[in-house]
Amino acid sequence: MKKLLCVIAAVLFTSPVFAAGGGGELKHAEWSFDGPLGTFDKAAMQRGFQAYREVCSGCHSLNYIAFRNLADLGYNADEIKAIASEYEVEDGPNDEGEMFMRAAVPADHFPAPYLNENAARAANNGAYPLDLSLIFKARPNGADYLYSLLTSYVEAPSHMNVPEGMYYNAAYSGNMIAMPQPLYGDDIEYADGSDSSADAIAKDLVNFFAWTAEPAMETRKRTGVAVLIFLVLLSGLSYGAMRFIWADVKK
Amino acid sequence: MAKSKSTTNATSAPEGQKSRRDFIVVASYAMGAVGAGAFAWPLVDQMNPAADTLALASIEVDVSKISEGQSITLKWRGKPIFIRHRTKSEIAEAAEVATADLRDPEDDGLRVQKPEYLVVLGVCTHLGCVPLGQKVGEVRGEYDGWFCPCHGSHYDSSGRIRKGPAPTNLEVPPYTFLSDQVIRIG
Amino acid sequence: MSEKQFSNPAVRWIDHRLPIFSFLNHEANEYPTPKNLNYFWNFGSLAGISLVVMIITGIALSMSYTAHVDYAFESVERIMRDVNHGWLLRYIHMNGASFFFIVVFIHIFRGLYYGSYKAPRELLWILGVVILLLMMATAFMGYVLPWGQMSFWGATVITNLFSAIPGVGEAIVTWLWGGFSVDNPTLNRFFSLHFLLPFVIVGVVVLHLVALHRFGSNNPLGIDTKGPQDTLPFHPYYTIKDFFGLSVFLTFFAAAVFFFPNFMGHPDNYIPANALQTPAHIVPEWYFLPFYAILRAVPDKLGGVLAMFGAIAVLFILPWLDRSPVRSGRFRPIFKIFFWLLLADCVLLGYIGAMPAEGLYVLVGRLATVWYFVHFLVILPVLSVIETPRPLPQSISKPIFTGGGAMAGAAAAPKEKV
Repeated sequence: MKKLLCVIAAVLFTSPVFAAGGGGELKHAEWSFDGPLGTFDKAAMQRGFQAYREVCSGCHSLNYIAFRNLADLGYNADEIKAIASEYEVEDGPNDEGEMFMRAAVPADHFPAPYLNENAARAANNGAYPLDLSLIFKARPNGADYLYSLLTSYVEAPSHMNVPEGMYYNAAYSGNMIAMPQPLYGDDIEYADGSDSSADAIAKDLVNFFAWTAEPAMETRKRTGVAVLIFLVLLSGLSYGAMRFIWADVKK
Repeated sequence: MAKSKSTTNATSAPEGQKSRRDFIVVASYAMGAVGAGAFAWPLVDQMNPAADTLALASIEVDVSKISEGQSITLKWRGKPIFIRHRTKSEIAEAAEVATADLRDPEDDGLRVQKPEYLVVLGVCTHLGCVPLGQKVGEVRGEYDGWFCPCHGSHYDSSGRIRKGPAPTNLEVPPYTFLSDQVIRIG
Repeated sequence: MSEKQFSNPAVRWIDHRLPIFSFLNHEANEYPTPKNLNYFWNFGSLAGISLVVMIITGIALSMSYTAHVDYAFESVERIMRDVNHGWLLRYIHMNGASFFFIVVFIHIFRGLYYGSYKAPRELLWILGVVILLLMMATAFMGYVLPWGQMSFWGATVITNLFSAIPGVGEAIVTWLWGGFSVDNPTLNRFFSLHFLLPFVIVGVVVLHLVALHRFGSNNPLGIDTKGPQDTLPFHPYYTIKDFFGLSVFLTFFAAAVFFFPNFMGHPDNYIPANALQTPAHIVPEWYFLPFYAILRAVPDKLGGVLAMFGAIAVLFILPWLDRSPVRSGRFRPIFKIFFWLLLADCVLLGYIGAMPAEGLYVLVGRLATVWYFVHFLVILPVLSVIETPRPLPQSISKPIFTGGGAMAGAAAAPKEKV
């Protein structure tokens, strides 16, 4: 009857794989957050954050991230306050009943570049720049997908006709994407003098978005190791206890 | 586990083995209880304030707009904060009181950082109602402070309990003057 | 039930007036249980514990969840990010649904193999099928609550099934939605029912247990217990065995929760619901895939819905389809083969359910669907008549066979191998 378990496991493990829709071709890279003991790369995340601010944030919101969350990237309270104060958020109504703008504080979330989806579409030829907080988890194989998408703007094959306002991307499902190529290399200057090739920036962004999608990942994996050790020990101990209790049962 | 196997063969186990058997059984159930207890903690702790709630736990106020004799009410951690710009006579009144006679003896000087500005939590220490006395013309009680309409507690111009059922003075929240005009509460 | 004399005076005082201790002693301590149960009998208690874990984490989650189309997705993200241990509770609840179904499916197939549905346990089996139906309804409505793309489109597709009912279909769907599409009223009622149904399941589980304790557990030999020599008191023998099984189960469960929490989910559900755009490839949660395959196998709308519900309905009458007097598949050589074919068929249906409905998948899906019904409606009744079962042992403790002693192995090795 052990076969039964295997078969059940087979169903379980095949379904999501097949459920994941195909698309363009993905490049593969090694990520620090991969695997059961993977952790975030804070330096890469800080660089990715800078890249988000300077390249992505003009069109893409980051709705689920508050400035206070930046502590996870290794910023201290004063740095976070300083970063927050560079942004303006709407508050109110004040005593006159008017909404007003004020400098953001750490408790505020990143303000979105557009007021609403319609405004965003109007400014982008009808395309909607997605919120990026969860993009990493919202795509199958998120890390490789985002990395590939950002670095796969190549010349369209001659037989393909790329319509106005669309761009050819080898990694994108259907290959026609409304987002213009975001990274050309040397788009930003990193304070620590890190590699600012398009490839390196794309990787930094992936590190950043891995965190925005699930800030609790490191805690989760750390807790998981402790819980698993505990449960394996408990299984062993209870197995021993079971053998003791069942020892005098005549088969 | 390999060791346990060898001892299980004996049908009538000697005393030493029996106690070892009891030990491992009790130990495994005890370990299970510890695990269940550990699982209970997240279930309990999820009811504590979340990270976003804690992040909102401090506010900044500009007090320069409050004219003398006026009060403002703010919301801090879901509760009202009273800030009163006290008049000279109110300050004097609060300072004159013989502290020792009070139900909750506290010197006015210890309740304010700048005598002009009294900052208190606007929650009656009896059962949590919001006392009257903030708006012009509202009842301020017999001691020129606040009056709680629920059960008739009277607070003076330093927010100290003077009459009625409330056991303690109005609480002073943690705050600091960031500048002459701006207070951060929390 | 006889009243037991307890040594603790407080316990005795209470028990005299409210015999809960006698009851527990009788049903959970002394309760005679066949001594030859294998590990597949662990899955009943595992299912019960899964239900408890789901209810506990669900109640905790409901404290931070907002059932409103504008806030549902955001409130779930707040649980994941800001609520203390919220990510843990949510991942346990999310993966707990899958593990609950894994456990219950194994429990069901164990019942199918060892003939646990046969007299006198027909009602026990039927109550189990009722639990399965309730679980499916609960899981479906729970999946809608995060209000992601899969939530929304799953809700739309599944509720639209009811539009197949002739005449009143449209009216029923509108009634289910509380509007003209899946929207805020739908989300609110699904939350309400998702909260309610688990407690209904608890109620049916209690009945399931009452029915179980009437005649006690079936066992791998499928023969009745003949006396105390065939049974063991539930405590400490099966409490420790269930405890060991639980530890192992939790190890697998924790591995999923902490290291592959989104493996059984779908990435599209991290995209907020959008009523104007259907995801390219919409699939239900894996535990619905076999049923989904049956639904799609029939080219007619009403027919598909009927076939899908029929796949469960047929389980209700199973005790009367399989008339063989022998319970355990161990002693039914032909049945045994068909059992494995059925299992393979269900797995195949699950696979087809995950595939796009085109080309060869459609044909295979249809054949697998036909096989599923043929198994229950034709093969089992025919087998009951034509199959010659192997000789049965006299009793659990005496591996002596009623007709010849050819196979001593079956009872001599109760530690499972099939």
